[in-house]
Amino acid sequence: MFGTGLLKGLGVTLKHALDTFEDDRESVPDRYKGSLELGNNRRVIQQPIDQEGLLTIQYPEEKRLLPERFRYIPMLIWDSEKQEDRCTACGICAKVCPPQCIWIVRDSDENGKPVTRCSEFYIDAAVCMSCSFCVEFCPFDAIKMNHDYELAVYDRYPQLVYDMEELTVPLEYYAALWPTQYEEEQARRKQEEEEKRKQEEEKAAKAAARAAAKSAAAAEKPAAGAPKRSAAELQALAKERAAQRQAQAAEGGGDDDAAAAKRARMEDLKRRAQERARQRKQDSGQ
Amino acid sequence: MTQATAVAEAPANDLALTPELADAVVGTWAEDTETAYFIAPDRILDVLAHLRDAQGYDLLSNLTCIDYQGYGGKLRADVSERLDVVYHLYSTRRGGGSVALHVRVPADDTVPSATSVYPGANLQEREVYDLFGVKFDGHPNLRRILLWDGFNGHPMRKDWHEAYYEEDAKPFRSRHPKGEYAFHEDKLPWAKNTTYPAGWDPDSWQEAVAYVPVSQAPQHENQPHLDTESIVVNLGPHHPSTHGVFRMLTRVEGETILALEPEMGYLHRNHEKIGERNTWLMNMPFTDRLDYLNSMSNNWAYALAVEKLAGIEVPERAEYLRVIMAEFTRIVNHTWSIGFILNDLGALQTPALYAIEEREMILDMFEAVSGARMMCNYMRFGGVVRDLPEGWREQAAYLANDRLPRALDELDRLLTENEILKARGRGVGYLAVEDLIALSVTGPMIRAGGLAYDIRKAEPYGIYDRFDFDIPTLPNSDIYDRYYIRLLEAMESVRILQQALRDMPEGETLGGRGGYTLRAPEGEVYGRLEAPKGELGFYLASDGKTQPWRYHVRSPSYINLNALGPMSVGYKVADAIVILGAIDIVLGEVDR
Repeated sequence: MFGTGLLKGLGVTLKHALDTFEDDRESVPDRYKGSLELGNNRRVIQQPIDQEGLLTIQYPEEKRLLPERFRYIPMLIWDSEKQEDRCTACGICAKVCPPQCIWIVRDSDENGKPVTRCSEFYIDAAVCMSCSFCVEFCPFDAIKMNHDYELAVYDRYPQLVYDMEELTVPLEYYAALWPTQYEEEQARRKQEEEEKRKQEEEKAAKAAARAAAKSAAAAEKPAAGAPKRSAAELQALAKERAAQRQAQAAEGGGDDDAAAAKRARMEDLKRRAQERARQRKQDSGQ
Repeated sequence: MTQATAVAEAPANDLALTPELADAVVGTWAEDTETAYFIAPDRILDVLAHLRDAQGYDLLSNLTCIDYQGYGGKLRADVSERLDVVYHLYSTRRGGGSVALHVRVPADDTVPSATSVYPGANLQEREVYDLFGVKFDGHPNLRRILLWDGFNGHPMRKDWHEAYYEEDAKPFRSRHPKGEYAFHEDKLPWAKNTTYPAGWDPDSWQEAVAYVPVSQAPQHENQPHLDTESIVVNLGPHHPSTHGVFRMLTRVEGETILALEPEMGYLHRNHEKIGERNTWLMNMPFTDRLDYLNSMSNNWAYALAVEKLAGIEVPERAEYLRVIMAEFTRIVNHTWSIGFILNDLGALQTPALYAIEEREMILDMFEAVSGARMMCNYMRFGGVVRDLPEGWREQAAYLANDRLPRALDELDRLLTENEILKARGRGVGYLAVEDLIALSVTGPMIRAGGLAYDIRKAEPYGIYDRFDFDIPTLPNSDIYDRYYIRLLEAMESVRILQQALRDMPEGETLGGRGGYTLRAPEGEVYGRLEAPKGELGFYLASDGKTQPWRYHVRSPSYINLNALGPMSVGYKVADAIVILGAIDIVLGEVDR
């Protein structure tokens, strides 16, 4: 009969309308079920997979619950246990970046020798395509994806060109955003460290055995010269030297200089942006 | 070129050419690739016609070009002619693999246009002309297509450099360890970044609207007893019904369309040039941006092509994950497409919102597994990048077994029997399925014309041969059938999902090789799959470096537009909107 199809369709819409009406009359409408109340009308809403009805979220008061793997703009990890940046300036992230929006200045010591630390690290967030290759290929777990997506600013730069300071977050922040992955990673890191320690111990033991053998040999042949240092002594020396280096880096390497350079660069970026704005105004005026 | 093998030895017999045509094959390319035949430029039309008529290769799937200037590989080092036009032919009746033909010409030379044999060569030849400067003799409308007339040069040639040119290959050396970076704004002072072809004046240029389009002559003669006049009307580029920035240049008489020409390129970014600068892996997130509704399918198609080229194995679980993602994507695409066909018909928003409600759920699932709703970037060469998070499989099973079937049935009840939809859709936009194939149309459109051609069955890739599913077909080849076929296909996808989610084993998700340092061996490959919109293919050529030498996307949205003009002629303007909607294009993929 003509019209049955129409009526059937209208039946579907009627059912939807009634369901929605019913849902709205409930004290906790469907879309608020399982959501997180933040007070002041602010909520984080989780959409359960079996949810029926309307899905509108009243952004910005209400926000979606983001899954752990959500990726937006990368962030750099400050290892709060060891009090150091995890980044070693190896540059792999800059190499795998498809739009090439990461650029890194590798730091060097007072002799001009490159060290495993970056003095500058930039990401142009206007160019970043959130692919997360940098995270995938970082061998030091130093770069991770941030969940913060509210980045709107008035000018592209300097605001959207993030420097190291803006990018760096403490390890705890990462652990809170990516709990599952963080746990896995910590377990892996611990294991790796354990293995490394074991290897070193073995090496030390071997070296000690060799040294003992040698000193035994030396005892037989006293003319062979002064005995070599023992393994334990060597380790202590290496530690001492490392501490010295760190101290040097802290004073002589000039953290202040680096910071000043960074500031100067940011100032420069700002100045250029202003100049451009002025020029644009002039151009459009003509 | 690898020396033209003597004809007697050349596997011309594989082509089963008649003796008169045997001398058309001047060589083969078999050392480093699937067999490809060089055809003498002046004989190509004969060979194409023979293959079509005598051997049933009725689908000209892919037509593109390679520029060999500066080629760094070993096997093809002595290629003498610079440009190489490539044809890939398939048989829709038999299924199975392709025949690849090459026609090699010096720069600025002409090649006979294949449009007389395969009308579907129209848009693809225009693209090759636009981007490479190969002229096609006998093409009915050889104009630039993606770029405008005032564009200087042919950008896919290797010696053409873009305005932001930095280096030929990524990674750019400046980024590390010195950390130098130049902002594009600094490199390009305002208004000084444009060059024009010699002797071309932008101020005096006017777009010619008088050309009568093209692939279809007006069918409706002016009635002699009526004093009427036809006018040219632009539909678009800025109009919601064009699904993006897309223009239909129409000649109308009253409300009736006499001729229609698609105009595109507003979203053109020379994806393929970017792809040749990128390393192999870097292209993966760029493929997300082609057809941004179906990033999972795009990822898979690219991964499939590279895996074929480099011989990378995919673990079992990853194969299942790929199928699951691709079928979810198909449902997303088809419900979206159904919603917007109805939107174009004037059923504003209600069907569209009902249709894409489930899409939200599926996108949430994508986000949970890959980190992004649309730009998934989930697949890698040799598998997928991450395994499923906890609870994902159960949720997906709930979707596939419970929620999606229910939702699709509801859509069915809401729309299929609707008398208004039938009145608007039945018989509108008709084109016989033979014509559609001749126009290189693939995907749901030809299945709505009664031909059960689906690459998942015709040339199975991945593990599709393990699933029990049907290829639905409908007989009428009009927009009503094009709506309904999508619903039926979505239901079949649900069936595949149910099986895949049930059978998926535990195990590895990513094979060992294929990281960011991948060097694909020298050669060329055409990998294709059944994307929701049709045949999505990647044609890749490698010279053994870390970047592809040629990276071409055979995008279904773009090539299906071949049929837009012929399908619209004779119908009303309001119908043309729906006909476009029923082709189901995404401009990110059309313009690339």
